[in-house]
Amino acid sequence: MTSAPALEHPLRTTVSDQLEMPPPVVAPESLSVTFNEVGRAFGGRTVLRNVTMTVTPGEVVAILGASGCGKSTLLRAVGGLDSGFTGSLLIGDSAVTRYDERTAVGFQEPRLLPWRSIRKNIELGLPKDLSKSEGQSRVDELLELVGLSDRAHLRPREISGGMAQRASLARALARQPGVLLLDEPFGALDALTRLKMQDLLLDVHAKTGTTVLLVTHDVNEALQLADRILLLGRHESDPVEGAAVKALVSVPGTRPRDRAATDLAPLRAELYAGLGVDSR
Amino acid sequence: MTTTLAAQAAAPGRAKSLPGGRILLGAAVPVFIIGLWWLVTGPLDLFTPTQLPAPQSVLDAGVGLFEGGALFAHVGISVQRVLLGFLFGAGVGLLLGSLLGLSRIADGLLHPTVGAFRAVPSLAWVPLILLWVGIGEDGKVLLIAIGAFFPVFTSVHSALRHVDPHLVEAGRAFGYHGTRLLTTVQLPAVVPPVFSGLRLALAQSWLFLVAAELLASSEGLGFLLIESQNNGRVDRLLLAIVLLAILGKITDTLLGFIERKALKTWA
Repeated sequence: MTSAPALEHPLRTTVSDQLEMPPPVVAPESLSVTFNEVGRAFGGRTVLRNVTMTVTPGEVVAILGASGCGKSTLLRAVGGLDSGFTGSLLIGDSAVTRYDERTAVGFQEPRLLPWRSIRKNIELGLPKDLSKSEGQSRVDELLELVGLSDRAHLRPREISGGMAQRASLARALARQPGVLLLDEPFGALDALTRLKMQDLLLDVHAKTGTTVLLVTHDVNEALQLADRILLLGRHESDPVEGAAVKALVSVPGTRPRDRAATDLAPLRAELYAGLGVDSR
Repeated sequence: MTTTLAAQAAAPGRAKSLPGGRILLGAAVPVFIIGLWWLVTGPLDLFTPTQLPAPQSVLDAGVGLFEGGALFAHVGISVQRVLLGFLFGAGVGLLLGSLLGLSRIADGLLHPTVGAFRAVPSLAWVPLILLWVGIGEDGKVLLIAIGAFFPVFTSVHSALRHVDPHLVEAGRAFGYHGTRLLTTVQLPAVVPPVFSGLRLALAQSWLFLVAAELLASSEGLGFLLIESQNNGRVDRLLLAIVLLAILGKITDTLLGFIERKALKTWA
């Protein structure tokens, strides 16, 4: 993994790139995330240790790893859903708080309230201090963004899984998060819907410019979406238990990337190798 | 394609005609029973009127009581007792069930005690109520409330314990806590099981009403039962049973109507 290209080299932070971006409509300010020696143990068993990295504002970082390696644990720590971690974790300049309102989470399951319409579910994500009319127009905007305007009145059970995930994404965006946390949000979707959702996420990111932390076990998804990939895992040689940062690589090229591009093949092979899978 | 569409369009039409059909279907067995009753008491004359009076004499007994004003008094006081006891018992059940379902401390402190009280067959309280409260209106309503309390308490308590933790976490993640979390996520999620508990509690209320009125009363349907038994008025006895069936069904249907409204909003 040491030969991975362009280590620690964020791609889309040059000034000219920023100027060409349309003004963000959903996230007025995207925030950095600083992990410092973050670790987590459950009942004496270490799951995660020594995670140190800084996510720059507006960056998309994919957290990649095998099942049970602590990817979701790391994400939940950033969202303030879990306060049992060690080390320090900053969002912007201040420490993470319980259920931190600068972040918003898109869960693996849509977790929509079954008795509320799609519109009412998205309203759930609005900040408390927002006026009713502002809230309504923001929800309209988000429904438009995720392409659910004509389904807004339906209940979650009346729409498909992909639509439910789009609604869940819109709900997360409703509070204009400085950091958007996505926990395998497309994991339960079929392959085609999944590709469409990836495109939608890129579209959302282009429009909002929010920082995105995306947990996935799909190497291709990470390569397609991320500026950088954080590979979590345990080296065979490590004497202690618990996953640590196995590699932190920048993905070459600019988004949207061609899914058939061959230039990512070496990196893909390395990531597969890092996950303990033979890519051939 | 057109044939499938036509078939689909026809299906709701058939469904629409169904409710009337269902009523006819549901009425078939009662009509048959009344017919059989009429047959064995009238034309076949298998029973004496003191054993089994004819349907017509039960109806006459009803008309007689109605004309004297007694029927309305019996039904009125019984309905009042059931409603008061049900509202009181179900209300306390909702409150205590919510408290224990939401607070781990309250649950740890109170659930063993409530569980112990639940283990006592509710009618075992009767002698104590007689001694402490007397079996006036208060005593009767209290007994009915005890009957209504436990089904509601148990359903609210266990439903709140089993609200999908994923939904609760999502609510918390979006900044909801305390009362807002309760009214946004937890209470709507428990509406269906709570209504099952309420309907069970209503049935229990009628059960305990009859128990209380059989024990000691000077009016009410339970009194009508025991008085008719003592006077050998089987016609009035049957009338009281039929009235209990009708009243129980009406109150349950009303509650079912509210339940459907609530489910439309929350489920």
